Amino acid sequence: MIQLAVEIPYWGQSLLRVLGGLVAVLLPAGTIVYVFLFKMMSFMQSRLGPMEAGPYGSMQLLAEVSKWLQKEDIIPENADAKIFKIAPIIVLASTFLLVVVVPFGPDAWFTDFQAGVFYALAIGSVSVIGILIAGWSSANKYSYLGGLRAAGQLIAYELPMVLAVVGVVIQAGSMNLQQIVVAQNTQEIFGLDWIGLPFVLTQFVGFLIFMIAVQAELTQAPFDMPIAESELVSGYMTEYSGFRFLIFFIGEFATAGVFAFIASILFLGGWGVPFSWFGWESLDQVENWMNVVGPLIMLSKMMLLVGIIMWVRFSYPRFREDQLQRFAWKVLIPVSLANIAITAILKVAV
Amino acid sequence: MTMLNERQQLSYIAAQAADARLNVELETEGMTLNIGPQHPATHGTLRIIARLDGEQVVWAEPVAGYMHRGYEKLTEVRSFPQVTTLINRIDWLGSFANEVPFILAAEQLMEIEAPPRAQYIRTILFELSRIANVSLFLGDLGVQMGAITPVFMAFRDREYVLNLIEGATGGRFHPNFDRIGGLKDDLPKGWIAETKQVMKKLRQFCDEIEDLLFGNEIFQSRTRGVGIIPADVAKSYGLSGANLRASGVDWDLRRDQSLPMAWDQADFKVWTHPDGDSWARCWIRLQETREATKIVDQLIDNIPAGPVMAKVPRIIKVPEGEAWVSTENPLGEMGYYVVSKGDLGPFRVKIRSASFNNISITPWVLKGVYVPDIITILASLYFILGDIDR
Repeated sequence: MIQLAVEIPYWGQSLLRVLGGLVAVLLPAGTIVYVFLFKMMSFMQSRLGPMEAGPYGSMQLLAEVSKWLQKEDIIPENADAKIFKIAPIIVLASTFLLVVVVPFGPDAWFTDFQAGVFYALAIGSVSVIGILIAGWSSANKYSYLGGLRAAGQLIAYELPMVLAVVGVVIQAGSMNLQQIVVAQNTQEIFGLDWIGLPFVLTQFVGFLIFMIAVQAELTQAPFDMPIAESELVSGYMTEYSGFRFLIFFIGEFATAGVFAFIASILFLGGWGVPFSWFGWESLDQVENWMNVVGPLIMLSKMMLLVGIIMWVRFSYPRFREDQLQRFAWKVLIPVSLANIAITAILKVAV
Repeated sequence: MTMLNERQQLSYIAAQAADARLNVELETEGMTLNIGPQHPATHGTLRIIARLDGEQVVWAEPVAGYMHRGYEKLTEVRSFPQVTTLINRIDWLGSFANEVPFILAAEQLMEIEAPPRAQYIRTILFELSRIANVSLFLGDLGVQMGAITPVFMAFRDREYVLNLIEGATGGRFHPNFDRIGGLKDDLPKGWIAETKQVMKKLRQFCDEIEDLLFGNEIFQSRTRGVGIIPADVAKSYGLSGANLRASGVDWDLRRDQSLPMAWDQADFKVWTHPDGDSWARCWIRLQETREATKIVDQLIDNIPAGPVMAKVPRIIKVPEGEAWVSTENPLGEMGYYVVSKGDLGPFRVKIRSASFNNISITPWVLKGVYVPDIITILASLYFILGDIDR
């Protein structure tokens, strides 16, 4: 942990971690919603977007949130009320569980978990349960179809995502996310010691597969078949309104942010700068100010990746369910398997 | 069914398989999905009852009539000049085009003809309303498949056309500009130069949409080979307009019949497509928008001088008789069968609107497709609810 002048009691540390987790999830979500959903989409569509709430509409999200909170909490008569209420919370909880293993600096982490990558990929699919029970418990045919589609899709794209990460794990030689960051910033490529070795250069195929799988995990266009507002009204979210919809909404964008954090750690060097810039040799020598700069570096990389995700989302039409499954099983998985084989061979040979 | 290509055969087999699935011994319970009357993809209140087996449709039927406004009956209690106000609202995106066939039918009964200048301006406004109508279709197509950006481009560029229509007629959506014997007014000053500019913009818009949407692999995989309608089926269901031409039938009323309009003065190509799938229908409409801009460009340079109104009596009484006039409207063939008993108003008007027939093919074409394809097929058939329900 960070060396501080005063000793913080255990409850204080726990409180700090909870607040830190809230900031790490909600701040990116709010930023993404404003910058991309409100503004970038509007500019792409030759309109201004929200302009009234706050300067350039920057307070729009707060206005929306207070609107949603005031709305009536409607639960359909035939719905399975208990499960219906739990579903959005499960979806959001999986986001919070994801951010737990993300390191934001040399000491700025919530938990330093040895099998961090494994945990992140496993916990990332918890949201499927939330979505599936949301679709089932709504007692609505559209929700039901949407929930089933989401389950099929998320399971299909979980696999290429895991396989794409295996290449990184082989190259870094560790499943610890902190070690993966260190590995990228201490090695070098082409004898250039000023860029480190971001794995996006060596694992570009893996990066592409990972980003496509993230797009599908987030159910963003072109993989937004589970929501498909023009055919399934709003998929598994159809019956949700008020603050329950708000939780789904925040969950969607917060998960985008957290997945982008993980992608930036796996492929773009995470919070680090190449250690040779400052003459550091290992993680222990990294200076304390990186705990402040690191999160900012992470945030900018996250915005870049989410920008790409959103750009695709706003301009692409969506796949059909069968085409989407075919793409996962017949294209992404074989390619990622080949990627693993080649990485492993090179790792042993070089 | 003759002359089927491979894709058409495949879709026919899928339809047969869907039929067979209904009759198997071990029957699993299907799900009946009501798409509409309140649903984002039905552009209003069309209802489609679909019986599903998993995600596959085994049986589908459209239910029209949720927005029936009784225009045919209402015309009987209106005088002839008042009828245009009603029929404007049938296909509300291309309103001016609705007025023309009715006015032509009335003129035919009265045995008068609009002066050449009025004929030209009518044709130009007709094509402008076609552009306003179809350009929105091109944008809306994206929304139906999840691409949310093209529709805003469509709304942006359609605005220029609506401004033109407003400039000439005073109304953006419901011009009510056509009169028996000619037009209400002449064109305003500067309108011609403005129109030429806008036509250039619209051609640019078509290029943009072609790049953004039609060139997209996902769009192609969603539309190609989906919802195939062979030519003879299309004819037997009475499809018209772009839906018919997309099935390879070379039939365009602008070219094939002689009306007192100026289409014969313009040089334009009637596009057809051999495939008959959703892609073909979308592509044909894109090309037709381009052709329409060319027609406007050609006609606008050659508008003859003269009055815009023929000599008509102050109180219009249409002599006894019956007339049928149909034109190639943005959605397809639209016709009016007008029966007059020599009164101030028509005795009976039968409105043949294109969408009603176009949508009647849905039970045939939706058999065996997936749920997402229902939406793309409906979008590519392109109906306006007011045009179905009148």
